[in-house]
Amino acid sequence: MTGRIDRVVNYGLLVAFSFIALYPIGGIVLAALQRPGELSGFSIPRDLHFSNFAEAWTQGHFATYLKSSVIVSVSVVAVATLLSLLAGFAFGTMKFAGHKMLFYVFLLGLMVPLEGIVIPLYYDLRALSLTDTYWALILPQIGLSLAFGTFWMRAFFMSTPRSLIEAAEIDGARNWSILWRVLVPFARPAVLTMMVLIFMWTWNEFLLALVMVSSENLRTAPLGLAFFQGQHASEATLLAAGAIIVALPVVVTYVFLQRHFIRGMLSGAVKG
Amino acid sequence: MKDSLPVPARIGVRAGRRAHARDKAPPGEPRAIGYLYLLPALLVYGAFVLLPLGHSVLLSFYEWDGITEGTWIGLSNYQDLIADPQTRAAFLHSLVLILFYSVLPVAIGLLLAALISRTDLRGLTWFRTILFLPQVVPLVVVAVIWSYIYAPGAGPLNEGLRAAGLDGLTRSWLGDFSWALPSVGLIGTWVQYGLCMVLFIAGVQKIPTSLYDAARVDGAGPGHEFLAVTLPNLRNEIAVALTLTIIASLRNFDLVYLTTKGGPGNATSVPAFEVYNQAFEVGQVGFASAIGVVLALVIFAITGVVNRIAEARE
Repeated sequence: MTGRIDRVVNYGLLVAFSFIALYPIGGIVLAALQRPGELSGFSIPRDLHFSNFAEAWTQGHFATYLKSSVIVSVSVVAVATLLSLLAGFAFGTMKFAGHKMLFYVFLLGLMVPLEGIVIPLYYDLRALSLTDTYWALILPQIGLSLAFGTFWMRAFFMSTPRSLIEAAEIDGARNWSILWRVLVPFARPAVLTMMVLIFMWTWNEFLLALVMVSSENLRTAPLGLAFFQGQHASEATLLAAGAIIVALPVVVTYVFLQRHFIRGMLSGAVKG
Repeated sequence: MKDSLPVPARIGVRAGRRAHARDKAPPGEPRAIGYLYLLPALLVYGAFVLLPLGHSVLLSFYEWDGITEGTWIGLSNYQDLIADPQTRAAFLHSLVLILFYSVLPVAIGLLLAALISRTDLRGLTWFRTILFLPQVVPLVVVAVIWSYIYAPGAGPLNEGLRAAGLDGLTRSWLGDFSWALPSVGLIGTWVQYGLCMVLFIAGVQKIPTSLYDAARVDGAGPGHEFLAVTLPNLRNEIAVALTLTIIASLRNFDLVYLTTKGGPGNATSVPAFEVYNQAFEVGQVGFASAIGVVLALVIFAITGVVNRIAEARE
């Protein structure tokens, strides 16, 4: 009997906490569908105004912001993944003088907060005339993602059976083809986990964009939303629609690849 | 909840230390070509993380407005940092936020884990997906949502209070000197508790039932069972949760900048916000760098301490 009571209590708590997690998000979706100007509290709209999204889209220039976010995210994910694979391969399967020390240098990056380096980054990149370009958003985020990526891929390659590599070596395969023909196909799930995390961090990044970018064309989606909030603070329906537009790409990715997000983040993944 | 972690569920210092034992078994023969594979990552990481970190430390020894030539002032910025009540307040606010971002979510997560350890639950995947969602939503969007919830006029929180007949409690939550900081803190609780719950539930399910059976045979009640079995076996998960949530509470720029801009007055200013504010709004670049360096050191220290405690208990 106690077993059943326990179960009811447990499910009750899970439902309650899930509701709290979902309530603000569901509320903002409802708010985005209200008739403009009629919004108060979170309530079920009397009729659905999908036009809010169209209006937020054009007024907020979200097409431009999403384009910037896509350019930056795709570049960061692609380059950081490639370099992490190479570095993780070296740390995970090879021995060379100083490999331990070099690995600790990378581990340090897991803890370096962007706030601790954003000031010199701004002045250094400005000296190179790179502020207010995509480079200023892409290069530092590749650097910050590499600490995690290298750490992640090294751990994976260390856990792959040596026999896999040795068999390939007997077949005469060189390092390069061992990595790409043997290890990478084997590592596909781990690589995907790493990619979705780097994508999420890059898509959601705000401070770097705020500091580096002043021209409107280069604003990323979160930065664009912040400016949109400044201009339309009183138009809650529009703001809600804008917020949903900005969150949608990462939330949709999450819905499809949630196992990867959760597995990665539960392992303690952090980005500077 | 059955995902197996492909790597040790540890981060930072701890992960490195744990890998030690494995390092003794050489990963293959010495190969100089390793440097070649490492080089591209090291170059980018060095140029955009290590170099700026060093440069940050250097800047912190200067008085510099970002435009004219700076002057070397040694440790003065650090002395100011301790002496300046506004900066001290910012660090104190961070401590309060740790309560909301870290202690509260970990407590909620442990409570649930303690209850669930006694039963077996199905359908957790759905709960897990929902509970984790706040972690994924961009913080800018979280800020927009909660600014609206806390809005002074027709915000959902005030509307709800009015509907419950508690008109007297309505206020401008983010504009109130004593309520602004807890209000920002509760946003953090909302973002973080799902992570802790999911982490601990996954951990609890990995504890062998035999341990619980043994405790029950010994006549342990639920409280004792929690202290003797659940808590010690969740060490790693607690260490990960504390590290992630404390770092999030210290690196709290987005939420503060977008909900309160540190206000009212400086009631919600935090170091991460002061770094930006002092460097790019006030124009005290050296001083801002010093705050950034201290923030980084605090994060290094906390990560180290949390992981060391978890390891010592092992």
